[in-house]
Amino acid sequence: MEKLERYNRQMILPGFGTAAQEKLQAASVLVVGAGGLGCPVLQYLSAAGVGTIGIVDGDSVSLSNLHRQVLYRESDIGLNKAKSAAEHLQQLNSETEYKIYPYALMHANALDIIAAFDMVVDATDNFAARYTINDACVLLNKPFVYGAVSGYEGQLSFFNLPAAGENTITYRDLFPVPPAAHEIPNCAEAGVLGTLPGLIGTLQANEAIKYLTGIGELLHGRLLTIDLLTGKQFEMKLTASANKGPVTKEQFIETGDEIFCDTGEDIEEISIAEFLQMKEKENVFVLDVREKKEYPPIDFSDAQIPMSELKEQIYSLPEKEICIICHQGIRSIYAAQLIRNLRGLPVYSVRGGLTAYFNQQP
Amino acid sequence: MQIEVLFFGSLKDITGEASLLLADAKDTDTVQEQLQKRYPALAAAKYFTALNKEMITANKTLREGDTVALMPPFSGG
Repeated sequence: MEKLERYNRQMILPGFGTAAQEKLQAASVLVVGAGGLGCPVLQYLSAAGVGTIGIVDGDSVSLSNLHRQVLYRESDIGLNKAKSAAEHLQQLNSETEYKIYPYALMHANALDIIAAFDMVVDATDNFAARYTINDACVLLNKPFVYGAVSGYEGQLSFFNLPAAGENTITYRDLFPVPPAAHEIPNCAEAGVLGTLPGLIGTLQANEAIKYLTGIGELLHGRLLTIDLLTGKQFEMKLTASANKGPVTKEQFIETGDEIFCDTGEDIEEISIAEFLQMKEKENVFVLDVREKKEYPPIDFSDAQIPMSELKEQIYSLPEKEICIICHQGIRSIYAAQLIRNLRGLPVYSVRGGLTAYFNQQP
Repeated sequence: MQIEVLFFGSLKDITGEASLLLADAKDTDTVQEQLQKRYPALAAAKYFTALNKEMITANKTLREGDTVALMPPFSGG
C-alpha cells in the first residue's frame, strides 16, 4: 500500500499504471559517473522506484562540484562520490538496492560490472570512459543512454538498442575513433553552468524510464542537442556504420585505458637555422602539413600531407625523423603529436613555420 | 544559391559564430573546403556533418536553402 502512495502520481498517468511501476521495480540500471550528469540521473531513477541502481565513481566530492552536483552537501567534501551518493539516495528511497563501485570504470573491470545490469547510463566526463562504456555495452548487447555537455550546449541520445538489430546506433557511428590529443581543444577543466548537466541528466533519466517501462519513443537513432543560451534544440537523424569497436572481449580487455590529455608541450620545436641543417640529413623526412591549396608551394619538402588527411595517411610516412612544417608552426605541433602518438617516430616542429622561413630566406 | 552552415560545441570557439551563409557551394565537400580556407583551425578539428538534419558520411550535392551542420564530439559531464 505504501508503494501505491509513493508512486501514485506517476502510476495514475495514462499508459503507465501498475505494470510500468513493476517493470521499474524489477529493473537494474548502472550509472557510470556520479557528477553533474549523474546526480540528477541517480535522484530521478531512485525516486521513480528503479529496483537496483549501480553507481560507479572513483572521485571524491570537492567544493567546486557543489554548484552542479546537487546531490551532495558541504559535509560530503573529501568523501567518495559513489559511497556518498548511495547514502543520500538511501534516504530518498530505502526500497532501492544500491550497488557501490567506488573506483573508475576501466577496460579491465567494465565487462564484469556492466554484465550484471539491464542497461547503463553514461554520465561520465571524459572520452576514455565514454568509449569504454560504448564498447563494453556493444560486446554485452546492453543499451545505454548517452549524455554530454560542452560549453552551454548539451546533447543526448539512446545507443545500442538491442531491438534495433542491424540498425542499432552506437557512439562509434558518430565518432569511429577516440579523438587524438590535438582534436580536443584543451583538457583543462571546462566551465559549466550547473543547470546544464542538471537538464541533460534529467533527460537521460527520462530516456532510461521510457526504455524500462516501454512507454513513449526513445531517442535511438536521433541526437538531440540543446543550447541553454538560446533555448534552441537541434535534432538530427543518425546513420549506422560498420564502426563497432573491439570485436571480442579479449580485444576489449587488452585495450589500454588511453590518456587523452597530450598537451603537446614537450614537442621539440626547432629554429629555421636548425631546420636548414636538419633537412640536408639522409635520415630526416620533411613533411608539409598545409592544405593543398595553401600558398606558396615549396620544393624542399619530401611530402605534403594536409593536416586534415594526416590520420588516414599516417602509415605512408617512412621510418625516419620527421621534420614538420606548416604556415605558422601551430598545426605542425598538432601533426607532431599525432605522428608521435600513432607511429612513435622522432618528431620536430619548425617554429614559426614557413612565415619564419621566408622571413629569413629572402 | 545560398546554404546555411551551423556550428556546434567547441567549433563555435573556432568560428566565433553559431552559423553563417555560403553562396557558392555546390556540394558538402566544397563547404568543407571553403570553411577550412576561412578557418584554418577547422582542418584539425574533429566533427561529423549533417545535411538537413541527417548525418552524412559521403559528399552530397547541395540545393538552395539546404542546412549543413557540423557537430564535434562533446565530452563534459
